[in-house]
Amino acid sequence: MISALMISVGAVSGISAFLAILMVIADATIANYGEVKITINGDKEYEVKGGKPLLGTLMEQEIFIPSACGGRGSCGLCKVTVKEGAGQYLPTELPWISEEEQAENVRLSCQIKVKNDLSLEIPEELFNVKEFQAKIAKVRELTHDIKEVTMELVDPPEINMEPGQFVQLRIPEYELTDEPVYRAYSVASNPSDTKHVELEIRLVPNGIATTYVHNYMREGDEIIFNGPYGDFYLRETEREIIFIAGGSGMAPIKSILLSMAEKGINRRARYFFGARSKKDLFLVEEMRRLEKELPNFEFIPALSDPEEEDQWEGETGLITDVVARNMESGENTEAYLCGSPGMIDACIKVLSDKGVPDELTYFDKFG
Amino acid sequence: MSESAYPIAIFFAAIFTNNILLSNYLGMCSFLSVSRELKTSFGLGVAVIFVMTSTSMLNWIVYYKILEPLGIEYLRFIVFIIVIAAFVQLVEMIIERVSEVLYAALGIFLPLITVNCAILGVSLFMVIRDYTFIESITFGLGSGIGWFLAILAMAGIRQKLKRARIPHGLEGAGITLIITGMMALAFMGFSGMLQIG
Repeated sequence: MISALMISVGAVSGISAFLAILMVIADATIANYGEVKITINGDKEYEVKGGKPLLGTLMEQEIFIPSACGGRGSCGLCKVTVKEGAGQYLPTELPWISEEEQAENVRLSCQIKVKNDLSLEIPEELFNVKEFQAKIAKVRELTHDIKEVTMELVDPPEINMEPGQFVQLRIPEYELTDEPVYRAYSVASNPSDTKHVELEIRLVPNGIATTYVHNYMREGDEIIFNGPYGDFYLRETEREIIFIAGGSGMAPIKSILLSMAEKGINRRARYFFGARSKKDLFLVEEMRRLEKELPNFEFIPALSDPEEEDQWEGETGLITDVVARNMESGENTEAYLCGSPGMIDACIKVLSDKGVPDELTYFDKFG
Repeated sequence: MSESAYPIAIFFAAIFTNNILLSNYLGMCSFLSVSRELKTSFGLGVAVIFVMTSTSMLNWIVYYKILEPLGIEYLRFIVFIIVIAAFVQLVEMIIERVSEVLYAALGIFLPLITVNCAILGVSLFMVIRDYTFIESITFGLGSGIGWFLAILAMAGIRQKLKRARIPHGLEGAGITLIITGMMALAFMGFSGMLQIG
């Protein structure tokens, strides 16, 4: 009995060990591509060990390409431009790459393997992107459906970013999702406070991330996010500024205004904020306080559908009409827009009619 | 039927009358998920033919030269799986190294079929039916070709289905399984001609 047991254990272990050794040898010989060189944007060079997918190889060099699925080829986010050395397209990439992108050599970095020297192009801002571990320091209700989440950084302990940029929040698996998902949110706090990141998140019915934030997230929870991303930040010019936002589009504008107040950037600036009724308005006192700190700044909230008990005396109507009413020529103006795609598209048209140059209209659309 | 003609009979039976997919319903998961496109079905089918043939050979050797002499045939389930997994990994590595074209067309599917139950099924049937070495090879090759034909036929039908109006509740896997059933019935027609197992 014992000997029969020994034989079976020995045989299975023997076969497994033999195959394992075979795999190790194969890994060291057949799959060994040695040291290869990755050149990024023509000037940065990295010596890396070949044989692994590009996404993970770059991550080891602390270059984070945005990816929502973690390298399984199911989200299509981790696109990079590979100028040389990637070989032909794989069937697992093609569902995510359009024909125009193929012409530009855009590849899915989780699918292609690093086998020889590569030459890549990656947006410069991604070099600053890191993964952060943080703790939920505070959750505060701003309106009936918008919450303000303050995160305290743990590791790394500080973040360097521009006001107006966004981060990707990692939502862990819970009732509504079997796998972690990443969602982008604009940062609302002043980046000069490098130890905290504040987000404003509006509840979307059945939204995976927003439901988690509103109903599951507790103060003291640990959370992971990566960033910063985006080119939505204040340009250094002398032009007049128009800010337009709706709902949680408040976040990046608030970040920019706080930073302006701190740096004493006293350019003429007007901020049109659209809401349905008074219960959707928030941070009004904070904006009034900023008006005092920045003499040339004016906050103009507008309600599209004020209720009777609101006793509203400010601007009413759609945000596009309010902007059109209050604006003269826009030739010496640049504009920053944040909100839903519908709102942004409508506002771009109004601004364009008023003479704001299209290339000086910056926006952050909620996907 | 004479002894020497038997492997040929097994070969054709594995393709038609005892098609591993349509008579045993094995290898369903990749069959359902990959049969959407004719091109990918072709790649996966060829990979299955190759892996089935070679693993039936390898597992025959492992079974009759190691497991049976030691009297531990009951461990075949676990051992077969290990052998298949290691072999597929190895082949993938080699293909990736040797030919980029072959890797894009074939190698990319290999990890997908490591866990394909039809591959293990072939190795297990070959033991149950007491096949000789030659018979096992023809059985593996035939089963692979059978699976290849089945997924190709399904992919062809599904390309036409794209233009059909399918009742909402039957879209996707539902209609595919019904069609698979019909195909199985059609293939049963062959069974009057040839029978094994």
